[in-house]
Amino acid sequence: MFRILDTKQLASDVKWFRLEAPLVAKHREPGQFVIIRLDETGERIPLTMADADKERGTIELIVKAIGKTTMTLFTKEAGDTIADVMGPLGMPTEIEEVEHAVLVGGGVGTAVIYPLAKALRDKGCFVSSITGGRTKELVVLEEELKQVSDAVYATTDDGSYGFKGTVADKLVELINDKERPIGAIYCAGPVPMMKAIAELTRPFGIKTIVSLNPIMVDGTGMCGGCRVTIDGKTKFACVDGPEFDGHLVDYDELADRLTAYREQEQQSLKLMEHKRKLEQVRK
Amino acid sequence: MALTPKERMAIPRQQMPEREPEERNQDFKEVNLGFDESIAKLEADRCLQCKNSKCVPGCPVGIDIPAFLERISAGDLKGAAEILLDANALPGITGRVCPQEEQCEKVCIRAKGKNGEPVAVGHLERYVADWARENLDIKTLLADPTGIKIAIVGSGPAGLTCAGELAKKGHDATIFEALHKPGGVLTYGIPEFRLPNKIIESEVDRLREMGVKIICNVVIGRTFTIDELLDEEGFQAVFVANGAGLPIFMNIPGENLKGVYSANEYLTRSNLMGAYEFPKMDTPIIKGKHVVVIGGGNVAMDSVRTAKRLGAEEATLVYRRSRKEMPARDEEIHHAEEEGIIFKLLCNPIRYLGAEDGWVKGVECIQMELGEPDDSGRRRPIPIEGSEFIIDCDVAIPAIGTRANPLLSQATPDLKLNRWGYIEADENGMTSKEGVWAGGDIIRGAATVILAMGDGKQSAAEIDKWVREKAGLQPVG
Ligand SMILES: Cc1cc2nc3c(=O)[nH]c(=O)nc-3n(C[C@H](O)[C@H](O)[C@H](O)COP(=O)(O)OP(=O)(O)OC[C@H]3O[C@@H](n4cnc5c(N)ncnc54)[C@H](O)[C@@H]3O)c2cc1C
Ligand SMILES: Cc1cc2nc3c(=O)[nH]c(=O)nc-3n(C[C@H](O)[C@H](O)[C@H](O)COP(=O)(O)OP(=O)(O)OC[C@H]3O[C@@H](n4cnc5c(N)ncnc54)[C@H](O)[C@@H]3O)c2cc1C
Ligand code: SF4
Ligand code: SF4
Ligand code: FES
Repeated sequence: MFRILDTKQLASDVKWFRLEAPLVAKHREPGQFVIIRLDETGERIPLTMADADKERGTIELIVKAIGKTTMTLFTKEAGDTIADVMGPLGMPTEIEEVEHAVLVGGGVGTAVIYPLAKALRDKGCFVSSITGGRTKELVVLEEELKQVSDAVYATTDDGSYGFKGTVADKLVELINDKERPIGAIYCAGPVPMMKAIAELTRPFGIKTIVSLNPIMVDGTGMCGGCRVTIDGKTKFACVDGPEFDGHLVDYDELADRLTAYREQEQQSLKLMEHKRKLEQVRK
Repeated sequence: MALTPKERMAIPRQQMPEREPEERNQDFKEVNLGFDESIAKLEADRCLQCKNSKCVPGCPVGIDIPAFLERISAGDLKGAAEILLDANALPGITGRVCPQEEQCEKVCIRAKGKNGEPVAVGHLERYVADWARENLDIKTLLADPTGIKIAIVGSGPAGLTCAGELAKKGHDATIFEALHKPGGVLTYGIPEFRLPNKIIESEVDRLREMGVKIICNVVIGRTFTIDELLDEEGFQAVFVANGAGLPIFMNIPGENLKGVYSANEYLTRSNLMGAYEFPKMDTPIIKGKHVVVIGGGNVAMDSVRTAKRLGAEEATLVYRRSRKEMPARDEEIHHAEEEGIIFKLLCNPIRYLGAEDGWVKGVECIQMELGEPDDSGRRRPIPIEGSEFIIDCDVAIPAIGTRANPLLSQATPDLKLNRWGYIEADENGMTSKEGVWAGGDIIRGAATVILAMGDGKQSAAEIDKWVREKAGLQPVG
């Protein structure tokens, strides 16, 4: 059992957690994730560690509630427990020592770039972070990013907050700023966004690293469920990744594989809703 | 009044009572029902009590089979259980999954001749183990505690056996398991209908009672390295039994279509995660109407029979040689046939066909014929040109083997590997790294439960000797 020590709601559907996991915390490096299972009937899902404290033996997660497991996790508070937390998993980020690094996060992908910003800044890079959402509500972690970046740009598609446009539009501006040439770009978010960013940077030849989010089960290379195609070759994202050279990823295949359980996911959600309503009626 | 050899010879081999195929292929409850007392006694009476019994060396852990069978004949099940457990820590498991026809039963004297049928050693082993679990409070005698800490990586049959043996010798054994539940392939791979989880759980509980600690959710190579276990965490020795769990794909077109699963993923979803009970369990699995499984081993049989139980109208096994060459246990092949599995023999997939929406919709196969024997001694399958045909499917499962998982070895560069990536170990399990032993599938390549257990036992004996010598302790019996 792993105890939740602290929580904080960051947006209507995004929540931050600190939990006790001393063995995981001890070896965690930026870019690595854990696989958690809430309880005996639960699914195993991967979540990036936003941070870890080796001395206190704690790790931090930032979770976006999108389906049954993440929504159930969302209801947990300090003092609650999680049955299983396994990790650290995946390859740590290869931190490039460049003068200017740009981090691009969309939605909960921002949780993935947050620790990278910290690590890059520690290496002495000038760190620009772009965090985007469709509307103001969906821009997350702007405040947190400010503490670990030299410049932070929030973008909204509808202009309800910050820069009006997509994260890609903002990135174009930064690329065109010849004052501060970009050495490397790190990107995490929805698949179409990562694809767009990679296509954008390709002609400029800027190193672009993306953090992929395929469906996972074990996280140790045993099932192959997380396979992705990189430069025409099959890789297991849980052990070979989750970060890859963004210019070599087959995004369409990844996006398609992510839809494999859509029907079942809907069924789970409906059942959960139904149970919740029943409980309300009983009360 | 002992039976005469002639009377013994006159008893026919007793059949294992099974559930009806049409009933059992609808659920995940165990297929075999087990012997009752009278059948068990009759079967044990068939043993000729050979002086120079051939069956014993046929068993990788050297169970004193005639003595064990004699106790059943005498009605002394406690005595039988003691003999069994003395040599084999997990008889409820091996009695169910050992390929007996290739081991103890193959060399049984009664298997000789045209109509020869061996004594059903495996079924009797299962019978006694189940009886003992229900009726005996087995207290294993433990040596005085030594206080020596030994780490075991992986909780499959090799790791469990090694930990149990070390505990018996008084050591403080800790198993580190990557997944959330112990048992290795026994838990995540082999389905309930062949090996119920409660049997593994009770074996694991028995180890815990002996003082073995099992820590799940720890991936050696990531959570800890082996060097850290030895240098910082106070372990005197390490036994590596992480299995050979990396699925092999064929590298043919269409393998990443939705609906194409490695057998490992399919079985893990169903067994470890309980996806056959979705949505009661959260983990989903694609229940195909037409499922094609590729391969001819135990893994393929387990996958195709699982597919049938998940509701497939057609569950087809595609295998590139003939039935005779199938490496699966005889009983599994036989059960699969009874359960309505379609066998497409002498054929091999060349690509998966996908629909517009990214789902697999068929497997293109090519017919094969058998040529000269290859390295494995089996006749080599050769494709027949122009014989391609398509099998429609909505789920396809390649079950063509596994390899060593490099996760642990990459983090342990001074552990010598052979050219296939398996850990190199001598006949006692000793590796190139001081204080580190290894056994089971990670040194052999995908093998069997009983061989993994034999390795665990052998290494435990060596580790015991080594740590005692280092600590200046007396050896124990
Ligand atoms: C390496 C990695 C790191 C991640 N880090 C974070 C993070 O820090 N914060 C965060 O909020 N989310 C993160 N995710 C995504 C998170 O794992 C999914 O949102 C979660 O599994 C959804 O589960 P659910 O039951 O709530 O939703 P479901 O209804 O099951 O699924 C909703 C969506 O999540 C995807 N998904 C479902 N099951 C899995 C699974 N087992 N593995 C991966 N994706 C799945 C599906 O494609 C689907 O689109 C990460 C994913 C990966 C692979
Ligand atoms: C579906 C299937 C059916 C089979 N049927 C039969 C059968 O009928 N009869 C038979 O004799 N054999 C059968 N086998 C083969 C048999 O199961 C294996 O030979 C045997 O389990 C090997 O045992 P092991 O202890 O070496 O490894 P495993 O059983 O593979 O266990 C290894 C364990 O180590 C864990 N692990 C891996 N890496 C790490 C790490 N880095 N840190 C911590 N833990 C780790 C794994 O999660 C796993 O739990 C079957 C195999 C499969 C897959
Ligand atoms: S352990 Fe396996 S090989 Fe040995 S006697 Fe039992 S069934 Fe036969
Ligand atoms: S070889 Fe067969 S008959 Fe002889 S002792 Fe062994 S089991 Fe009995
Ligand atoms: S999640 Fe199973 S191999 Fe990557």
